[in-house]
Amino acid sequence: MQKTKHSLLSVGFAVLSHAAVAAESGFTLETVDPDADRLALQAFYQQRFPGVPLEEYVNGIYAIDPDSRKQWDALMEFPPYEFDLEEGEELFNTPFANGQGYADCFENGGIGIRQKYPYWNREEGSVKTLEQEINECRVKNGEEPLPWKKGDLAKVSAYMAFTSRGKVFEIEIPADDSRALQAYLDGKEFFYSKRGQLNLSCANCHLKGSRIHVRADLPGPALGHPTHFPVVRSKWGEIGTLHRRYEGCYRDTRSVPLPPQADEFRKLEYFQTYMSNGLVVNGPGARK
Amino acid sequence: MRKLTTVLSVATAALALSSSAVATPPQELIDEGRAIYHDKTRGNCISCHNIDDPVANLPGNQGPMMIAMKQRFPDKRLLRAQVWDATVANPLSIMPPVGKHWILSEDEIDAVVEYIYQY
Ligand code: HEC
Ligand code: HEC
Repeated sequence: MQKTKHSLLSVGFAVLSHAAVAAESGFTLETVDPDADRLALQAFYQQRFPGVPLEEYVNGIYAIDPDSRKQWDALMEFPPYEFDLEEGEELFNTPFANGQGYADCFENGGIGIRQKYPYWNREEGSVKTLEQEINECRVKNGEEPLPWKKGDLAKVSAYMAFTSRGKVFEIEIPADDSRALQAYLDGKEFFYSKRGQLNLSCANCHLKGSRIHVRADLPGPALGHPTHFPVVRSKWGEIGTLHRRYEGCYRDTRSVPLPPQADEFRKLEYFQTYMSNGLVVNGPGARK
Repeated sequence: MRKLTTVLSVATAALALSSSAVATPPQELIDEGRAIYHDKTRGNCISCHNIDDPVANLPGNQGPMMIAMKQRFPDKRLLRAQVWDATVANPLSIMPPVGKHWILSEDEIDAVVEYIYQY
């Protein structure tokens, strides 16, 4: 399975460089084909922004808009997440009161594993995110869970992403548990559905609307959305998690709010990260 | 651009003269529409549509520029219908259904339509 997927992946890249267009696979369990969706999404952007290499999409809007890129390159001379990263490493390595630590909760001591998140958890029948498991690790060891959107949780997550830089996302949808495909489909539907008083979908702004101004803002491509999180965003003036961003963009549609780590957001992350399979982890990141 | 506007405003003037029976909308209504159009918390039309008004600030370009409205919408009611619910013409439109979703009141929509109809 793993083997086939990887060889398919490289075929995908090769075919696309000849500008073939993969078909999008629809919204029913019978038709949906995550890998076809992924290739179709890549094809969409390659046609929309010819000449931008796929691996650049980990850089969001800066992959496709030269003016923003120039400002960003200047910003990145002193990456604004450096302190958070240092603190994250220290937090990660500080034992809990019971002597255990984060390293004891994760595969490979928590190092170099970001590319496997989020994943389908068969026992719990739900999508698990890295942030969720960081907090579960704390609770299991008698510590208080951390707030989801910023602060220490984002810093620990940033450090874990940093140790995984350059690793290729390999989100799996186990074929022998149809609930996993359903979770992917729910995430996909969420992304494409119009919602809220403003009747906007994520796709409205991040596909057709990408690199087109909404007032002074330029929405970036959805391909690669999760790769660099958590992110230090100038507008926040601090580090924040992917679900903090989801919450904000979702609110911008004037919808009834959803909290970070809501079931809907975790499925959305599952869908979005699957779309980024083949791209590398480059978190933490910095954005305007 | 400047040229085009001049030509258009001449055309508009001619049009206005030829249909002098149509009452010109009161200035307060146009001013109200202008405020709605540019206010982030009200219509926020400027976030997607540029318009040749000196108060226009950081216009977006998701939608077409508001220009030659009388030529493009000789029937003002069709213009109002487009503003009221853009998804009738294009179900996937990124433009919010301003009337259908109660983003603006019916009076506010009238005002904003009068304002853009000047361009
Ligand atoms: C009204 C337009 C609009 C809508 C609707 C919208 N976004 Fe965004 N989004 C933006 C803009 C503008 C940015 C900032 C520029 C950028 O980084 O893409 C952004 C940024 C993001 C980012 C961070 C990208 C990065 O590189 O750091 C993510 C992730 C994201 N949006 C996801 C979503 C999701 C998921 C939805 C739907 C729930 C959504 N957006 C709906 C406009 C929108
Ligand atoms: C989020 C983006 C967005 C916002 C906000 C928005 N529009 Fe639009 N508008 C569009 C797009 C895109 C179109 C092009 C047609 C389509 O796709 O529906 C359009 C089309 C139009 C048209 C038809 C123009 C033509 O020549 O066919 C009018 C008139 C219009 N908008 C007026 C308004 C007014 C008035 C407001 C504010 C009350 C507004 N729009 C807010 C995106 C937007």
